[in-house]
Amino acid sequence: MIPATFTYKRARSVEDAFDLLAAGGDEAKYLAGGQSLLPLMKLRLAAPEMLVDVGRLDELSYIRDEGNHIAIGALTSHHVLATSHLLASDLPLLAHAAGQVGDPQVRHRGTIGGSLAHADPAADLPAVVLALDATLVARGPGGGREIGVHEFFLGLFETSLQPDELLTEIRVPKPGRAGWSFQKFTKRAIDWAIVGVAVQGGNVALVNMGQTPLRAGAVERALASGSWLPEAAALAADGTSPSDDLNGSSAYRQHLARVLVTRALQEARSRDKSD
Amino acid sequence: MDIALTVNGSEVKADVADRTLLVHFLREHLDLTATKVGCDTSSCGACTVLLDGQSVKSCTVLAAQADGRAVTTIEGLANDSGEWHAVQRAFRAEHGLQCGFCTSGMVMAAVGLLSENDSPTEEEVRAGLEGNLCRCTGYHNIVRAVLAASREGQGQ
Amino acid sequence: MSILGTRVVRTEDPRILTVGGTYVDDLREPELLGAARVIFVRSPIAHARITSIDTDEARRAPGVVAVLTAADMDDLGPPPPPPEDGGGGEGAPMPLGGPWSEPLLAIDRVRFVGEPVAIVICDDSYSGADAAELVSVDYEPLPPVVTLDDALTGTTLLFPDAGSNVAVDSAGPADPDAFDGCEVVIEQTIVNQRLAALPMEGRAVAACYVDGKLTVWASTQNAQIARFILAGAFGMDPASIRVVAPDVGGGFGAKVAIDRDGIVVAWAARRLGRALRWAETRSENLVAMTQGRAQRQVIKLGGSRDGRILAYQLDVIQDTGAYPRMGGFLPFLTKLMAAGPYDLPKVQTAARTVVTNTTPISAYRGAGRPEATAAIERAVDLFAAEIGMDPGDVRRINLVAADKFPFQSPSGPLYDSGDYASALDKVLAGAGYQELRTEQAARRERGDTVALGIGLSSYVEITAADAAGGETGRLDVHDDGTATVYTGSSAHGQGHHTTWAMLVESELGIPMDKVTVIHGDTDLIPLAVGTYGSRSLQLGGVAVQKAAWEVKDQARAVAADMLEASEADLELDAETGLWQVRGDPASARTWAEVATHAEAEGFTASVNYTEGTPTFPFGSHVAVVEVDTETGKVRLVRHITVDDAGTIISPLQAEGQRHGGIAQGAAQALLEEVVYDSQGNPQTGTLVDYAAISAPDLPSFELLSMQTPTPVNALGVKGIGEAGTIGATPAVQNAVIDAVSHLGVRHIDMPTTPSRVWAAINEAGGSGGSAPRTSTVRGS
Repeated sequence: MIPATFTYKRARSVEDAFDLLAAGGDEAKYLAGGQSLLPLMKLRLAAPEMLVDVGRLDELSYIRDEGNHIAIGALTSHHVLATSHLLASDLPLLAHAAGQVGDPQVRHRGTIGGSLAHADPAADLPAVVLALDATLVARGPGGGREIGVHEFFLGLFETSLQPDELLTEIRVPKPGRAGWSFQKFTKRAIDWAIVGVAVQGGNVALVNMGQTPLRAGAVERALASGSWLPEAAALAADGTSPSDDLNGSSAYRQHLARVLVTRALQEARSRDKSD
Repeated sequence: MDIALTVNGSEVKADVADRTLLVHFLREHLDLTATKVGCDTSSCGACTVLLDGQSVKSCTVLAAQADGRAVTTIEGLANDSGEWHAVQRAFRAEHGLQCGFCTSGMVMAAVGLLSENDSPTEEEVRAGLEGNLCRCTGYHNIVRAVLAASREGQGQ
Repeated sequence: MSILGTRVVRTEDPRILTVGGTYVDDLREPELLGAARVIFVRSPIAHARITSIDTDEARRAPGVVAVLTAADMDDLGPPPPPPEDGGGGEGAPMPLGGPWSEPLLAIDRVRFVGEPVAIVICDDSYSGADAAELVSVDYEPLPPVVTLDDALTGTTLLFPDAGSNVAVDSAGPADPDAFDGCEVVIEQTIVNQRLAALPMEGRAVAACYVDGKLTVWASTQNAQIARFILAGAFGMDPASIRVVAPDVGGGFGAKVAIDRDGIVVAWAARRLGRALRWAETRSENLVAMTQGRAQRQVIKLGGSRDGRILAYQLDVIQDTGAYPRMGGFLPFLTKLMAAGPYDLPKVQTAARTVVTNTTPISAYRGAGRPEATAAIERAVDLFAAEIGMDPGDVRRINLVAADKFPFQSPSGPLYDSGDYASALDKVLAGAGYQELRTEQAARRERGDTVALGIGLSSYVEITAADAAGGETGRLDVHDDGTATVYTGSSAHGQGHHTTWAMLVESELGIPMDKVTVIHGDTDLIPLAVGTYGSRSLQLGGVAVQKAAWEVKDQARAVAADMLEASEADLELDAETGLWQVRGDPASARTWAEVATHAEAEGFTASVNYTEGTPTFPFGSHVAVVEVDTETGKVRLVRHITVDDAGTIISPLQAEGQRHGGIAQGAAQALLEEVVYDSQGNPQTGTLVDYAAISAPDLPSFELLSMQTPTPVNALGVKGIGEAGTIGATPAVQNAVIDAVSHLGVRHIDMPTTPSRVWAAINEAGGSGGSAPRTSTVRGS
């Protein structure tokens, strides 16, 4: 219930954040909304000695139409994403999924950048940005770089971000085909997905089917080569290694993946306006 | 560290340990004990307060993160003349509480919900309260209370 | 018109809705100023010998006042010997004692993850959390006994001196001919799974010891019993102990009296001479507060093809966890209510209680009776399926007829009043049962992958099972016309203050807002039982009514004297609260005036009341579920109930009790379960993993009214606290199984989680199998 002792520092700018983190050494971490990090710290599963709060960097909270892509500031909260008119019209998959994260209280504080950097494969947004072929923009003391989403998620709670790098922006190309679907299968409304599926056009991403969010490559290739929808969906679990846990066996998860991919593709097809 | 914030309309200054959770700051430093601690995994919502008007779980916010902000707890919900908020009135009228432990957080979550959606459907009310657990009421009358409060707000 | 039976909002609410309730952790009593915090160190291992406890580093940590273990408890005498009759066996909710004794802090052995081993006393909870990590305990693991079968093999004994893991055995010889003559016999092993009580407020105790008096504030359902237990534990005169129950954030049976952790806190306060406070975290609560249910049952039911049940057998193995706190008591209640609302020629029951290296089991929402109802309701449905008869029709054939009351149930109790068939018919009509069956058939005809399931339950429940213990009530009417009730009951959400004030207003005409109700303070109310087992209205409430009658008699005499009339000519207008000589309105006197005229300048009456007999509420539920047969996911769509608890005094609150019970009952059927791994490690130790039900998982409920008064007490009231729980669990479980019965599924153990439902469909070979079916049928 009580986190171990740490020093709290508040960054006044992105550069200030880098300086504070550098001064804090190896055991310093950035704090955004805190909705993933603080619960871990309260259970003492994580015990950073310093937190650098970047939550006041309002310049990193935005949603902008940049022509061929939408630029989203990393510190944009799930609530802002879920209620954005721009996203509702141009990126409904992201808006809808953001509205499914946690509960309203969590959505008011949690941010897309925090969620992606935390990289829980059972979380909703990592799979969504994977389905959207996003590019992640990171900045560190040494400068900025772009990271393709396919190079971003490396393992369980592990990304290609350097410890001193901050996610600043998520760039999402405007989808070519309008059809989308988000299937989040849970036992209770509040739960993390037992299995989830995010579809945008012909892109299919899976939640909680491995150590990272995964693209259902076999499904995508089958669709691209003209397979009938149910045939393609039957390949949903190929290449996946879901865990056995309280909520279901690996076999059950693989079955769910096939069912949910089927439903997601059907729903996306019904939304597809670009045919 | 030093923090300064507004709590229920009043300016508050304090020196707190950096790791102080907002819920403990409210309960222990300010003796505002209406906000409760019901779990340790941000699951139950008993600690819900408004931070700059938005519902948050005060157990998952550092007091330091509330520095310079405005916090509203159930103790600050009635207006300056002591008139109850529509949600408070509705919870009483509809028997939306039994043991009362979840009530502070439930009421604040409901206030937050109605501030974002002033005419929710029953389904939207239930979804809006997914972060708040109750073991006594079965939620039936809580949902009725929130719907009644929303109708009052609509002038019905 | 009396206020009883009318919709009255609660007097408890204004305070809670404006400044919040005051639970133990909110107390700001002067005696607790500067109180130190208690943090427990608990066993992380299910079964082990303790080889050493090193508290040195913890003692040196900042803010630490003391670190205490069992070795420091040398100021306590040995535990009392077990009662002569063996104690804790059938019919006695007492710990077994003797070789099954449970220590306060673990001495040389731990028997469940979460067992308290040491306490760290610290200036504040933040330093305490740090210091507690520094206590170093060496454990020598012992083989964990986790499952019932592990326990029954007896290879590893939790209590070697007891010689067995079977703590209570009432198996008895079964009649081998019981099922002769039955055309059809069904048999099934079913599980009534372990649940966490999960009140929103965990356990909490504050204590101080000043000038020889120990004051303990506890989140308890029974302050007076807690005092009795503390007196026994410390060898103190009860008069030197005061126990206070402030607001209590739910109990559900798990806060009966006081448990070992609470006793330890009180002991430490006395030992150190320092005020202390303790409030457990939720993670502690989920492993160290007593849990509920945890029975494995073999049900066997035989009857004829025309639907008549001839014989029923229930064999229970009760997991009591690491210590047999309620010993054989819970399955005793299960056996008592085994026959349910049915008129059965032959009923046989047997029960064994075993210990395992898991959290101790104790009372939880119905304490043994929901288990009985769940068993027979499953049996009736299995029988109905076997003979191809509608489950409502089978129930109707076998329910006790309305003209048979009082009815001697074959499993033991004498049911006071009831009309079980009417309850069933009413709920079926209210649910639109025939239309639901038509819709179900239509979906099956179409091959709909979303199946509709309709589940029934009929139940009878025993309330005030310990009626012999009675309840106290004292009523004072003051010289200003206000009144104070001192009640033995101990509400923790049940709204007794409102209801008892309604009773006073109804009897005496003193308005509710002039009636103060006090409970839960042993200095003010030394003798009482408190609240559990749905006893409070029929005992505590009727006690208040009787005290009001006594006060009325006293006042009549005084008013007669005042008005120089004979008592027979005096009447009290219960609407206005005015005493007057009949036919002479000018003689009217207020309560204030009459009380002032009394010699004591007020009236007081104390009652310790019981009729000595329990009452038996009953009802029927219909649950309607949708099951997605491709994924196994269940959605509770509707839940309709008839819950008859006799006369309803406070309809708003009676409905609230039903709602809460339905939610928890449905939660057992659908979601909740305490799970251990093979080493006895809890797998559901936080609210992320323990699946408590939330608002979007439930519909609004449809409650129908029925009131069959009991002849047992003057108000005609029975208890209602567990009606919803008892009726809902089997109705929902039956509905889920009903939804997929066309796929060959006969039974699914609770909770009917998606993976379990899917597995059942697969095993039955139903068409919801591994290949996903696209919805080609419905125009997609």
